[in-house]
Amino acid sequence: MIWDVLLAPFVDFGFMRRALLGCIAVSVGATPVGVFLMLRHMSLTGDAMAHAILPGAATGYLVSGLSLGAMTVGGLIAGMLVALASGFVARVTSLREDASLAAFYLISLAIGVLIVSTHGNNVDLMHVLFGTVLALDDTALILLCSFASVSLLVLALLFRPLVLECADPQFLRSVSKLSAITHFVFLALVVMNLVAGFHALGTLMAVGIMILPGAAAKFWAETIAGLIAVAALIAMLSSVIGLLLSFHYSLPSGPAIILVAGIGYGLSIIFGPVGGAIAQNLPHRNLKP
Amino acid sequence: MTSLRSALKSATALAAFSLSFPLASWAEEPLPVVATFSILGDMVERIGGEHIALTTLVGPDGDAHVYQPTPKVARSVAEADVLFLNGLEFEGWLERLAEAASFGGAMVVATKGVVPIAFDDHDDHDEHDDHDDHDEHDDHDEHDDHDDHAEHDKHADHDDHDDHDKHDDHDDHADHDDHDDHEKHDDHDDHAGHDHGAFDPHAWQSLENAVIYANNIAAGLAQADPENAGDYYANRAAFITEVETLRADIGAMMKSLPADKRTVVTPHDAFGYFAATYDLTFVAPQGMSTDSEVSAADVAALITQIREESISAVFIESITDNRMMQQIANETGATIGGTLYSDALSAQSGPASTYLDMMRHNATTLFDALGN
Repeated sequence: MIWDVLLAPFVDFGFMRRALLGCIAVSVGATPVGVFLMLRHMSLTGDAMAHAILPGAATGYLVSGLSLGAMTVGGLIAGMLVALASGFVARVTSLREDASLAAFYLISLAIGVLIVSTHGNNVDLMHVLFGTVLALDDTALILLCSFASVSLLVLALLFRPLVLECADPQFLRSVSKLSAITHFVFLALVVMNLVAGFHALGTLMAVGIMILPGAAAKFWAETIAGLIAVAALIAMLSSVIGLLLSFHYSLPSGPAIILVAGIGYGLSIIFGPVGGAIAQNLPHRNLKP
Repeated sequence: MTSLRSALKSATALAAFSLSFPLASWAEEPLPVVATFSILGDMVERIGGEHIALTTLVGPDGDAHVYQPTPKVARSVAEADVLFLNGLEFEGWLERLAEAASFGGAMVVATKGVVPIAFDDHDDHDEHDDHDDHDEHDDHDEHDDHDDHAEHDKHADHDDHDDHDKHDDHDDHADHDDHDDHEKHDDHDDHAGHDHGAFDPHAWQSLENAVIYANNIAAGLAQADPENAGDYYANRAAFITEVETLRADIGAMMKSLPADKRTVVTPHDAFGYFAATYDLTFVAPQGMSTDSEVSAADVAALITQIREESISAVFIESITDNRMMQQIANETGATIGGTLYSDALSAQSGPASTYLDMMRHNATTLFDALGN
């Protein structure tokens, strides 16, 4: 029984194993970035970036068809350009970074739509851009795993300055020139993980697997390491449960995975021991002597 | 005899027509017409010949399920005298476009008279079906709008035109002694109150239906441009001769396939009419329309079926995301049998740049992959 429900799908079907591996790679790579996005009050930046890479990937697709490389490079270039341009404007003018980011991603999106519409090909681009976790081939899996590994390594190197940025950005800016570099490399990581997630889940769903587990983890852990661990765990659990739901109940896989993460977030809000609704309303447990 | 009849017919059509379009001098210039997608466009081009100026909305290798019109397209629709569409809810976006462009000409539904295949017959993914049904119900509303549109049309005799249209068809069928098609007309009338959203729109995948398409197109053109009606009917006759030849060829080819080699795996379920004509079984993970997302259950069911029936080849399509089929082929050990063209022709240089080439290409590709 348990075998049939939980394991048989993965044992019997290679595409399920591939989907799971792809999702785990995205979970491991994207959720720590999502946690830092949340701690830095930049959660919506993830969404903006996802829109920014979409035209790049679309252009890559139009130039050389369904080529993993072209779409990856296109997405990376578009994302980096938007990140750099908005960061640059924020640093040399009085416009705040969130405003210039919003401006640049909208411009990027408009350019993308323009390119797609003027190009004659009407193959359903949205279908391509929404990716499908059920059709990951070897190259896509290798790409997802390498991006996740690189992301983890870079994050480890940047860990201390990033934590400082979260705690007190002004302090880091005053004592070290690392602030700007940290910020840009971090944005690059966001872009990279979104591009990876895009191949598995599509651009918009990729933001979901990045942000939702981090937001849910906030209700379970207090240290940054704890947040990252809980977030990655929630993401992986959501992937497994989402894929199984898709398998047993004929649901589209990407939305199923994100919805399970969303349910995890909802449950965390209610039952989470750290500032969850129930914990919050039981004052005697929260008062520490 | 025939020429007398066609002369009479032209005269009748002209008389009816001049009530609404007093400008008989339009016949001098090519008739501006619009066809919604490349396959239909090719047929219209064949039958219209040099008398029409054709704009095709969804071009080669394009996917008409999810087409998004641009203002330029809206302009060519606004300027067109005749708009050819497939019908059977294939072009869900068309009614909105025609309305937005205030299209005032005649709409010719190419599948008028086709016996539609309900897509429940060859698809057992219940939840997807429900979903599709729902979508197409919405589209159906737009068809109702079309009826309103016709009534509100400034040409008061638009509805009469429709009647004439049917009479024309009737005569054509009599000319050809094609009693089968005639009976289908009757069937169609019985079906009139039914929900067309439940039917497979890819009717052109049967050569038998291509004859109906040609008849509808010729009638539509003759009605809009009575002066050249003779040419349209002559072109139609030439086209139908080619269709019949090809039909015999493909029929012989498909007949020779062994009974255990008759299951075909394609990315989207577009070959219901082809399957019904030649007694093949087509299975697809994506359901009827290209815009529904696939679920793990669909893919698993397909893989299980391929394993159990030892299906040796799967096919890819020109208009779909083929990564999924590649994965399924890898996992089951089946080979990719080739590219099928379902909803769009190939570019001029490709193997399926006309309707007849497309049908021939699909049939030979299937035969080569299944037959060995």
